[in-house]
Formats: sequence, C-alpha cells, structure tokens
Amino acid sequence: MRGDNLQLNEAGELRHFLSIEGLGREHLERILDIAESFAVLPGRQVKKVPLLRGRIVTNLFFENSTRTRTTFELAAKLLSADVINFNVSVSATSKGETLLDTLRNLEAMHSDLFVVRHAHSGAAHFIARHVAPGVSVINAGDGWHAHPTQAMLDMFTIRRHKGDFAPLRVAIVGDIQHSRVARSQIMALNTLGVTEVRIIGPCTLIPAEARSLGVHVYHDLDAGLEDVDVVIMLRLQRERMEGALLPSAHEYFQRYGLTEKRLERAKPDAIVMHPGPINRGVEMASEVADGPRSVILQQVSYGIAVRMAVMSMILGARGGEA
Amino acid sequence: MKELPRIHVRGGRLIDPANGIDDPLDLWLADGKVAAVGSAPDGFRADQVIDAGGQVVCPGLIDLGAYLREPGFEHKATIESETRAAARGGITTLVCMPQTEPVIDTPAVWELIRRRAKACGRARVLAVGALTQGLAGEQLAEMGALAASGCVAVSNGRNPLASTLVARRAMEYATTFRLPVLLCSEDPHLKASGVVHEGAVATRLGLPGIPAAAETVAVARDLALTEHTGCRSHFHTLSTGRAAEMIAQARAGNRRLSADVAIHQLFLMETDVDGFRAECRVDPPLRTHADRERLRQAVAEGEIKVICSDHQPHEADAKAQPFPATAPGISGLETLLPLTLKLVEEKVLALPQAIACLTAAPARVLGLDLGHLAPGASADLCIFDPDAVWRFHASEMASAGRNTPFDGWEFRGRVTHTLFEGRITFKLERP
Repeated sequence: MRGDNLQLNEAGELRHFLSIEGLGREHLERILDIAESFAVLPGRQVKKVPLLRGRIVTNLFFENSTRTRTTFELAAKLLSADVINFNVSVSATSKGETLLDTLRNLEAMHSDLFVVRHAHSGAAHFIARHVAPGVSVINAGDGWHAHPTQAMLDMFTIRRHKGDFAPLRVAIVGDIQHSRVARSQIMALNTLGVTEVRIIGPCTLIPAEARSLGVHVYHDLDAGLEDVDVVIMLRLQRERMEGALLPSAHEYFQRYGLTEKRLERAKPDAIVMHPGPINRGVEMASEVADGPRSVILQQVSYGIAVRMAVMSMILGARGGEA
Repeated sequence: MKELPRIHVRGGRLIDPANGIDDPLDLWLADGKVAAVGSAPDGFRADQVIDAGGQVVCPGLIDLGAYLREPGFEHKATIESETRAAARGGITTLVCMPQTEPVIDTPAVWELIRRRAKACGRARVLAVGALTQGLAGEQLAEMGALAASGCVAVSNGRNPLASTLVARRAMEYATTFRLPVLLCSEDPHLKASGVVHEGAVATRLGLPGIPAAAETVAVARDLALTEHTGCRSHFHTLSTGRAAEMIAQARAGNRRLSADVAIHQLFLMETDVDGFRAECRVDPPLRTHADRERLRQAVAEGEIKVICSDHQPHEADAKAQPFPATAPGISGLETLLPLTLKLVEEKVLALPQAIACLTAAPARVLGLDLGHLAPGASADLCIFDPDAVWRFHASEMASAGRNTPFDGWEFRGRVTHTLFEGRITFKLERP
C-alpha cells in the first residue's frame, strides 16, 4: 500500500501506528513482547513508570468514545506523560474549522503524540501526513478502516491464552463490512501466521471480494464455528436494521447469536472475545458472555498494556527515552 | 476590434478526421476561418507564417463536458482561468456543464457565461442546460428557452432525478426541441454514500463502495427510456465495462445512440486510490482493470466515440481532507490530449482515430459545425509536436485547479500552438 513506510522511520521503527497493513510480523511481535512487560494480572495495579515524563499526548477524538479514550489516557498517565483530551465533535469543526486548521492549532500546543479517532476512513493517515516532523499519530479508529490497537490487544489476549499463533483457526462473527476492528484483526492474524481466519455473517454484512482479505467466508454460524480455537464476536449497531441490511435483532440472534450450544462446535478449549460493548441477546447470550470461555474482561485490561507498549515504542523511537 | 492576421500554417501533417484527411498539407487562414487547404488561395498574402514542420495540425479539440465553476464557485476556478488552461491543452471548444450557482436553467445564466467567455476570447464556451429546475430532479427546466438561447444539450449532471417518470418526461420534452440529453446514469440509492469502486480496495481500506450496478442499473433504465421516447441520448462518463457492452448492444438498433468516457478512466484503476489518494477520487469511481480494458476496447471499436476530460477543477482545500470528505474530480483540460496520445503510443488507437475522439465525434454528438477544417470552417486549430517528450507538472498548470493524479507523468506529444477563430491563443515557449 502507498504510504506503507509512513508508519516507520528510516531505521524501520514505529513512527506512527495507523494500521496493521504495512507492518511485518516482527513489528507486531515486538508490540506484544513490550506489552507483556507492562501487563500484570487482572485486578492488580500496573506500576507507573517514568518512560514518557515530559511528553504530551493529545487525545483527539472526533467521534465519541469514553472507553477507548479512557484506556489511552490511563496508558499515557502510567507512562508519566501529560494528557490533553480534545473532544472535537463539540468544538471546532462544528464552527466550520477544517481538520487541518484544528491540527495546526493543536500543534501550537506542542503535542508529541496525537491519538486520533475519526468517523472517516483514512483520517489518521491524513493527519499523519500533515503533522509536523517530530509529531506522531496513533489511530484509535478511523471509519470502517482500522483500529490497530484494538486488534493488538486482541492478539495479546489470544497469545496469552493460546501461546502460538501458527496452529490457530479463528472465526470473526458478525458485521464485518462496517467493522474497523475486524479489518485490523484479519490483517494482524494473517501477519502473525494463523492457520485460518474465517469470517461469518449474512451476505449483507460481508464486504465485496472479502476473500481478497485472506479469509474463508461462511454464512452459516454452526459450520463456521467447527473446530475453531478462537471466536471473536463483533458488535452489531442498531442502525443496521434501518439500512435494509438485516430484518431484526431477533432474527440476527437466531442465526448469528452465540450460545453455549453453538459454542460446542468449537474446540473444547476455545476462547470467546468481543471488543465491547456487548449487546446481550443480540450478538451473544449472557451465558456465553459471562461463561468460563469468555475472556472479554481480560481484553479490556490488556488494552492498557498494549497501548502503553505502542506509545512507548513510538515516543522511544525518537531520540531516546525521556 | 483589431483585424485578424492572415496566417499560413506551413509544412505540417494535417489530420482532419471529419474530412478523411491525413496528409502533409498547408493551411491558410483568414477572417477567423479556414481560407484554403492544400493550395494557397489566389493572392493570399500571409501576415504570419507558422512553421509546422514535423508537427501535427488538427482541428481544435472539443471537450464534451467540463465544469468551469463560474458563476458561483469562483474560489475553484473561473472562465478566464479555465479557458487559459483549455488553450494550453489544444482545446478550442468547451462544453460547460450546468452545475454552476445559479444553475444554467435559464437563458440569463447562460448569457452571463457566454459574455464572460467572449470577453476572455481564448476558447468557445458552449453550454449544457439543466434538465430540471435547479437540477433538483423534480420540475422540468424551460428547455424551449434554453434551446432557443443556444444551449447545445441538456443534462441533470450527476444530480439524481426524483423518479423514473420525471426521467421519461424530461427525455420526451427535450426531444421536442431536438436537444441531445447528456446522461450521467447512476442509481443514487445504490451509490448511497459510496466514495470508491465497491471492490477489493474499498474492502481493504474500509471505504464505502459504489457498486458497478449503480451504473448498469441506471444505464439499463435510460436505454429503455431512450427506446421509448426516441430521445437523442448521449451517455456521459461511463466507468464500467458492462455499461459499455450494453450500449454497444443497443447501438445495433439505434445508431444515434452515443457515449463518452473520461480520459482518466482509460488509465487509472481502483488500485490507484490505495493509500487514500484523494487526487484519484472521481465520480464515477475508478474501477477494475477489466473495466478499464473493456472501456479501451469500446473506444478502439468505435462503440464509445468520444473521449472527454470531465474537467473538475478544485481549490487545494477540497482535496485536503480525510478521503471520504474530499471532493471528487480531476482538473483534466491540460492532460486530455497528452493522455489520448498515450493511447496511440500504447497502440489502442491510431492517431487519426484518437483525434476524431476529441474533434469530429463530439461535434457530431452535439450536431455542431465544428471539429473539422474544410474551407469556411472556423479556424480552430491544435498544432502539436508528436515526438516531443516532456514531463507534466501540476505546479505549471494554467487551470486554477491543480488537482491531478498525473503530476510527474511523462508524455510524448505536446501542444505548440492553439488557434481559436484565427487567433493564436497559446504558443509554447521553448525553454
């Protein structure tokens, strides 16, 4: 892809983190390894480290998100960075300011790193192309395109539970078409060398030429779950019912909702993941969400370690640690 | 007004496809018209001689469908800037689309454009009037008045019509005045919020797609309505191979049916958008390799007879946004001929055929006495050096819009002179 090395500096180190595409297996494994050093058991307090003391991280969110923004903020603070939260949907762009104007204004505040979420695919790439030379960008979700830190925390969760990626069969279930999470997960899983990635959903939620992503496409949940090691359920937005993509949440659950019974098709030690927040009774039954194979809450706590890893790599990659 | 110089164009290879000419022939121009071809008129004393040795002399190009942005969008471009760009590109006739502000749905707006163009004097500007009032797709525009005031065709551009019934009535009504209808056939519901071709690249980049069916569904409908109404339909800026096939098939029963393709569709593909390249965002979108090859074939076989620029100049800000927020369009006047000559270089078209696509064919679609160089014709000329190898730079464009994906491309064949109504409107300064 053009703009591949936009993410890497001359030494091949991470300069921005915009998408999984364009990064090699060694980059992804390094993120996971560094995240490992920050991760602690769930329920324990992560120790604050002074790696990014004196650095300024700006959360630049053009779309509302309490959850992702909070974990980025927490990750930055645990690295001793100063954090500015800039919620643009309620400020500048509503007054006619262009994205570039907003960016120039924020740059004047000497931010080292922008964490960007935007409704338009390609927004993080656009910002990365226009920031001042010393400034980095982390994509916290752009349109339907990419959400690479979410994908990496999912990879981290999988590695913690399964160890090696090579033998794994992974099924991603639901609204693939509108999911930046799914796109990043598919690319990360293939880069890390799993045996098979399956996507499962009705034809209306599977993107055009989906197989070009390196996946097997299933429309039948039972068939798709056969012998998988990891089941990733995606969130279903309510508005999909209005766009003539689905008849009803009820039918969706009937066909694609995960229940304990359906999960029997997967390997006995299969894990169940979900990027949250869950629609109980739509994507999955509560018995699964709260069941022994669910690792959904671990995903959330690992999110902090993975975001700490990415931030420290990006800001450490330039001119040593503060 | 200063008297026009009498010009002798000497030593060139004259290619005039409308008259079947491709020979080394001189031209003599007087009073803004072609005075003679091949042998000098009695007693002709030239005020000026243009040495066209080693060059091709052809009719000035006719660009069927350009957005000139004036009135209403002068921050993007003006008639003055775009006619200057046209002259640089060897274009002497610009067919202006009705998407101005106000829209060209009354003779008054057209009159304003006509006067501005006349004052600039670098190219002929003709207008496509609106098919519906305000291009809103509901109430018919006063096509009788538009025709009487000189609009050469009508179109609703890429603005959707409210219903198939409005489409039918508009085509019928246009037929009353023998107005050609330029159809940008596209189903707005299938297009929805799409910004690129619905295919592998859209899937990978997570960009909303425009399926090929958005075009083929609408072309099928418009072909059926053409048959029903007897409308003089011209399909403008096709993007899919399937639509080209459908039109070729329909042409077997209706030879008046015509179509064009924007030159960038014959070079670029969906993969060019990769990396979120906003300069490659166009409407209709760049499609697959197979589509591009099928469109090239349709041009080569004469099923698509016209190549246009689909010129859409933009200010820099319009493209400096995240991809889905950018404005579609390429500023194409200055690359229309160079790219078309590349088709000759790539052996898709013979040179006379390529020139016909830019001169005689668009004139014929609009029923204009232009695009040829018989004695008495308007002295609109494009003279180019077919062997000049040069590099195109966006920074050197005359158009106010520098939105081009062809920055840095190397071309063979460069315009050296453009003459409009017997006056030199562009002359290449040698470095």
